[in-house]
Amino acid sequence: MTAFLIRRLAGLLLTLLAASLVVFLVLQVIPGDPASLMLDTSARADTLAALRHQMGLDRPAWIRYLTWIGGLLTGDFGISYTYATPVSELIAQRVMVSLPLAVLSICLSTTIAIPIGVLAAARRGRGTDVAIMGAAQFGVALPNFWLGILLILLFAVAYPILPAGGFVGWEKGFWPALRCLILPAFSLALPQAAILSRVTRSAVLETLGQDYVRTALAKGLTGVAALWRHAVPNALIPVVTIIGLQFSFLLAGTVIIENVFALPGLGRLVFQAISQRDLIVVQDLVVLLAGSVIVVNFLVDLAYLGLDPRITHEGAK
Amino acid sequence: MTRLQATLLATTLLAPLLPAAPALAAKDSITLGMPLEPPVLDPTAGAAAAIKEVTYANIYQGLTRIAPDGNVAPQLAKSWTITPDGLTYTFALQTGAKFHDGAPFDCSVVKFTYERAVAADSTNSQKGFFEPIASTACPNPATAVVTLKRPTGLFLNNMGSGDAVMISPASAATNKTNPVGTGPFVFKRWIKGDRVELERNPNYWGPAPKIAAATFRFISDPSAATAAIMAGDLDAFPLFPAPESLDTIRKDKRFAVVIGTTQGKTVMSINNERAPFSDVRVRRALAHAIDRAALIDALGGLGKPIGSHYIPGNPGYVDLVGAYPYDPAKAQKLLAEAGVKPGTEMTLKLPPPGYARRGGEVIAAMLEQVGIKAKLVPVEWAQWLDQVFKQSDFDLTIISHVEPNDLDIYARDKYYFNYKSPAYRALYQKYVETTNPADRTDLLGQLQRKLSEDEANVFLFGLAKTGVWNAKLTGLWENQPIFANDLSAVAWTD
Repeated sequence: MTAFLIRRLAGLLLTLLAASLVVFLVLQVIPGDPASLMLDTSARADTLAALRHQMGLDRPAWIRYLTWIGGLLTGDFGISYTYATPVSELIAQRVMVSLPLAVLSICLSTTIAIPIGVLAAARRGRGTDVAIMGAAQFGVALPNFWLGILLILLFAVAYPILPAGGFVGWEKGFWPALRCLILPAFSLALPQAAILSRVTRSAVLETLGQDYVRTALAKGLTGVAALWRHAVPNALIPVVTIIGLQFSFLLAGTVIIENVFALPGLGRLVFQAISQRDLIVVQDLVVLLAGSVIVVNFLVDLAYLGLDPRITHEGAK
Repeated sequence: MTRLQATLLATTLLAPLLPAAPALAAKDSITLGMPLEPPVLDPTAGAAAAIKEVTYANIYQGLTRIAPDGNVAPQLAKSWTITPDGLTYTFALQTGAKFHDGAPFDCSVVKFTYERAVAADSTNSQKGFFEPIASTACPNPATAVVTLKRPTGLFLNNMGSGDAVMISPASAATNKTNPVGTGPFVFKRWIKGDRVELERNPNYWGPAPKIAAATFRFISDPSAATAAIMAGDLDAFPLFPAPESLDTIRKDKRFAVVIGTTQGKTVMSINNERAPFSDVRVRRALAHAIDRAALIDALGGLGKPIGSHYIPGNPGYVDLVGAYPYDPAKAQKLLAEAGVKPGTEMTLKLPPPGYARRGGEVIAAMLEQVGIKAKLVPVEWAQWLDQVFKQSDFDLTIISHVEPNDLDIYARDKYYFNYKSPAYRALYQKYVETTNPADRTDLLGQLQRKLSEDEANVFLFGLAKTGVWNAKLTGLWENQPIFANDLSAVAWTD
């Protein structure tokens, strides 16, 4: 187990280093200069030069890279070019929106998807199954931003019981802040629940056909007991894999939903930073998100271990 | 889904979770929408219009200010006198004005502000405004004497811009994130990416504002902006980004839709140095080839056609809209004379705003009619600044020049469209150094005529300001002579 952890940790660091190098190089190549974006069309050459100097953009690229990486190693994320505040502060503010939103969405989608997926599998081929899978098919095809707009029109415009967008901040209290996340969480969760329920259904169908379920039925267990005690636990590995993937996506891939709901999340920060050429913020975020994907994958691996004691990491590798 | 079913769904899913709606109290706050978030909150440290749209006249104030009608009015200077040679301005300053942190406002602040703006390490995006200043002297704390190197006709205008607001030495370094000014509102907090909150300044030196608090929210998505207005989350959206929703909003009695003017001169910029555009006949042909009325219609019908680089309604405006009427036959004739063969390809670079992207398609179709193949190249803003603005690597582009009083860009040594006319430069120099109002107006007319005659760029239309706000609100600006959302006179009526 220790050897496994050390291997994973080394892999994590190498991946992050590679990601940092790639993003840094890409940002050097693409056209656009953060200083000219800040000064816009009225800029004069001497003002531009003064600003570039102030931002440290007049130093050679390799020095900027080493300074940045050195800072990261000591926990210093640097200062945002456009916002002129520490990047760690910016990211921390956004994480307080994106992380609760991701957790809420994943909870919603799991709570919806797993029961109906299992139900569909248990009622395979019957009306319930057809209805659930029909709805799931519809849900998979549903673009989440469209669902978002629909939910806004319904619950914020026609029946104004929830805000149409924006985020008041957690300091205004738990409930006012949570209210801002309900509609976006549903918009994200429903299409994901559709996918997850289909995965659950096919995984459970697979285990229902296994010998151990037949044995369980043969030794006198009821269908329902066999389903929940033997078929479902054994079907969870693919389900957990998908949940892991969906969670990584929810952390920063939700820029469209964040736009529709005007939420200050990580996705919009990435988008804004790229279009403003706030290079240091883009670099930090890419490394951070790469890191979080690796950590989520690691947690998923640990979950496999818990779900199926037959898996040992020495054997699996 | 019917309303009934919707209600049932809403009730069953969510209603039990929600607290009862708070009782409606008399409203003394306002929430405004803005399409873009300011990167920082110091208007002397960045060019983004959004900085001024939050802070100008609310947090920060200058010696002079630009009034809603575009004229210069007193602010931290009560009055001023100008010597007949136009070189010395003596400002009588407000006494009793204080910065939000308690620091006093007096002549030393004026001196600090102007010297800081022109210093070698200054990053003020309008450093040129301060460059004519030779010195700022303080005979006593309530008087500032500014001496210029040469007469500068627009000096009082420029000192009323957001780039010239008074900055206290004590807070200059931290204004970007914690703005401190002398204005009627104080900064409360900023949730980055979402909102900036301001509160009434209890120690304000002038008449207290009627509203107690203001929130600026940043919503760039047009459908989100519409929803926020319709839901009542926002009281006003002074630069509403969803023209397609205006008809719906107009029908709703709760809102006022107010169409005004901005200082945005939308032009099809031409790289004057590149062949065949260096030939004035080609530039005139392009002007004849574009049907401005049809273009404005295709973009929502709100812009006003222009014939030079100047906005209708501004002082000294000369109507030159008819100089190059829509005439494809004449355009073809001019192109033939200049030796431009039918089927010639030109690139048209399009930055993100709708007027450029959608307008570009319309213009390409019009150019096709006169035998020009316009190759549309969409670019994002950073690319536009790099390729077009910095390197002049373009044939044609569509852009709105939003700064007021920017006829100087045609007189600069190096500016991206490379218009280099000694005659225009001489004329502009004369305009800058003339202080007699009648002569200035005359010169202003000559400048506009010269640009139209040379058709330095194809002048298309003045960008409209589309404001949407609660019909019970008063005091918001109809026009936008300067980037600002001045809240000092905003009030609710019943």
